[in-house]
Amino acid sequence: MFEKAFVGGKKYWGLVLFWSVFIVIGFLCYLWQLKVGLKLTGMSRDVSWGFYIAQFTFLVGVAAGGVMVALPYYFHNYKKFGRIAVLGEFLAIAALVMCLLFIFVDLGRPMRVLNVVFHPTPHSVMFWDMIVLNGYLLLNIIIGWTVLDAEKNGVAPPKWVKPVAYLSIPWAFGIHTVTAFLYCGLPARGFWLTAIMAPRFLASAFAAGPALLLILCILVRKYTKFDPGKEAIQTLGKIVAYAFIANIFFFLCEVFTTFYSHIPEHINHFKYLFVGLHGHGKLVPWMWLSAALAVIAIILLVVPATRKQEDVLVVTCILVFISTWIDKGLGLITGGFIPNPLEEITEYWPTFPEFMISIGVWCAGFLVLTLLYKIAISVKEEVGG
Amino acid sequence: MAVDRREFIKIAGVSVIGLTLGPALKLEEKVEASEGKVRRDPKALKGKRWAMVVDTRKCEKCKKCVAAEACHAYHNVPKIPDPKREIKWIWQESFEHAFPHLAAEGEHIGEEIKRRPFVILCNHCKHPPCVRVCPTKATFQREDGIVMMDMHRCIGCRFCMAACPYGSRSFNWMDPRPYITKENPEYPTRTKGVVEKCDFCAERIDQGLLPVCVEACPEKALVFGDINDPNSEVSKLVEKHFTLRRKLELGTDPQVYYII
Repeated sequence: MFEKAFVGGKKYWGLVLFWSVFIVIGFLCYLWQLKVGLKLTGMSRDVSWGFYIAQFTFLVGVAAGGVMVALPYYFHNYKKFGRIAVLGEFLAIAALVMCLLFIFVDLGRPMRVLNVVFHPTPHSVMFWDMIVLNGYLLLNIIIGWTVLDAEKNGVAPPKWVKPVAYLSIPWAFGIHTVTAFLYCGLPARGFWLTAIMAPRFLASAFAAGPALLLILCILVRKYTKFDPGKEAIQTLGKIVAYAFIANIFFFLCEVFTTFYSHIPEHINHFKYLFVGLHGHGKLVPWMWLSAALAVIAIILLVVPATRKQEDVLVVTCILVFISTWIDKGLGLITGGFIPNPLEEITEYWPTFPEFMISIGVWCAGFLVLTLLYKIAISVKEEVGG
Repeated sequence: MAVDRREFIKIAGVSVIGLTLGPALKLEEKVEASEGKVRRDPKALKGKRWAMVVDTRKCEKCKKCVAAEACHAYHNVPKIPDPKREIKWIWQESFEHAFPHLAAEGEHIGEEIKRRPFVILCNHCKHPPCVRVCPTKATFQREDGIVMMDMHRCIGCRFCMAACPYGSRSFNWMDPRPYITKENPEYPTRTKGVVEKCDFCAERIDQGLLPVCVEACPEKALVFGDINDPNSEVSKLVEKHFTLRRKLELGTDPQVYYII
């Protein structure tokens, strides 16, 4: 089926070129970083993880979000999702490619990355994160590709795919749970030290992932002959609504526990993010923007009239995506490091090359997504037409 | 030479697995085999759990910590002017930063304590979170409790820095060598991209010597010894004086004790 990625119209190649340009720029910046070290970034002794790890965390969510299509389809035989199941799986593949690249560009000694395999360390959560992320990538490649291949040949998918698909569903919950455990098991980071971290991660994932998928479905319908189906899109909208409300609910639970218990090392991080701490508040406008977008999105998702109107629903999904991105891709990691365990404040903002490397990784993911969607949609157009 | 595609893929797949797992398994064997041959220096200091007592009353006079400077000179710790990129093994902090829990805003801790510098370093915790999180065992704990770094194995993921409750770890954001004024050939320099920290001068202990900082302190404010030995100086000091340890409530069991 690969050959379908090599034939396409001007728009397709234009898009491929667009991603490639930013990939090249990002790659050149990465070579620069490789030469001079991570001083090229805005990270510091106090804020030792930054934009890269934050993007990684957010994208694990996008990858896990695909399961919100697979679960109703495989567990509840919800046929309307049959048409877009492969789109969810391919989105997960692209997101996981970005996750792995973001981990890689964050390493101080990337050439030694295989030490994680050569010296397996089960008491490190990162070891398990490596296993679940790579495993989930493999599962999605196997399931997505096999099912699509069967569709192309006009036959039912082989029987062994079913149990693999069933396995991939709890696995999706696993990737984001383990990723949350990276943070919430650290004794000295009050902002992350909370049992609701994993549920919150999952809720925001199940909002952001399907929101992006919904946007992609609309784009696919607009620019190709394949129609994912009105009902599938509406169901995705409902999933986004429930998941996003759960996400905000979990966040408010966190706010209550933090402020009512009044323990400084938990409160300080929230203060830094939302009102500023000792005159430092680089992220304050961002966090309030995230909150404002969340409120608007919830209203638009809850009111049936706005949710059912597709144009509005797309805008709502963009708001959900941006709101969760600010929360996880900007606030979560930096907020956990400020103030540091010595109650000192060092602020963080990504540098230009750091930002361009990140853009490069995002574009690499979108290139993978473009190629995979091109293949999937070509097959579907062929079968449908 | 009738190798069809299917067979070729099979052979290629098995080769890849073999090439990856083979060396990994062999490496472990080698380590185990060499363990029996390690001969310890008969002069080596013997201890079950190394600890340090800092008599902060003696620190008052020192604006700059002589012990810290000696440590950094000995261990080729670079002098990087940008505080964001700094490498620190042992340094002075104020009470409110060394013990933030005990110095909440508006707390009456007394002028004298506020002025007093507190020397901080790796606590060589009994239950070190950094060792728990390291994905490659590049940071590990010796039997005598010293938390060590293998700078050749570290992949620079900085998970240990997020895990350390004491800010004791530094990352080489750049090549540190241009920032070393006078290199000490006795101790290796580091490369960019790895994490480093105080190692309680493990290699000196194994030769029967005390840590550099303990030797260098003109006020004899730093005392090093085996906290499991009731006759050691550190045990006697903690027996006699009320001491503080940093963030004891986190269950890490830090091994640096502060006499106030």
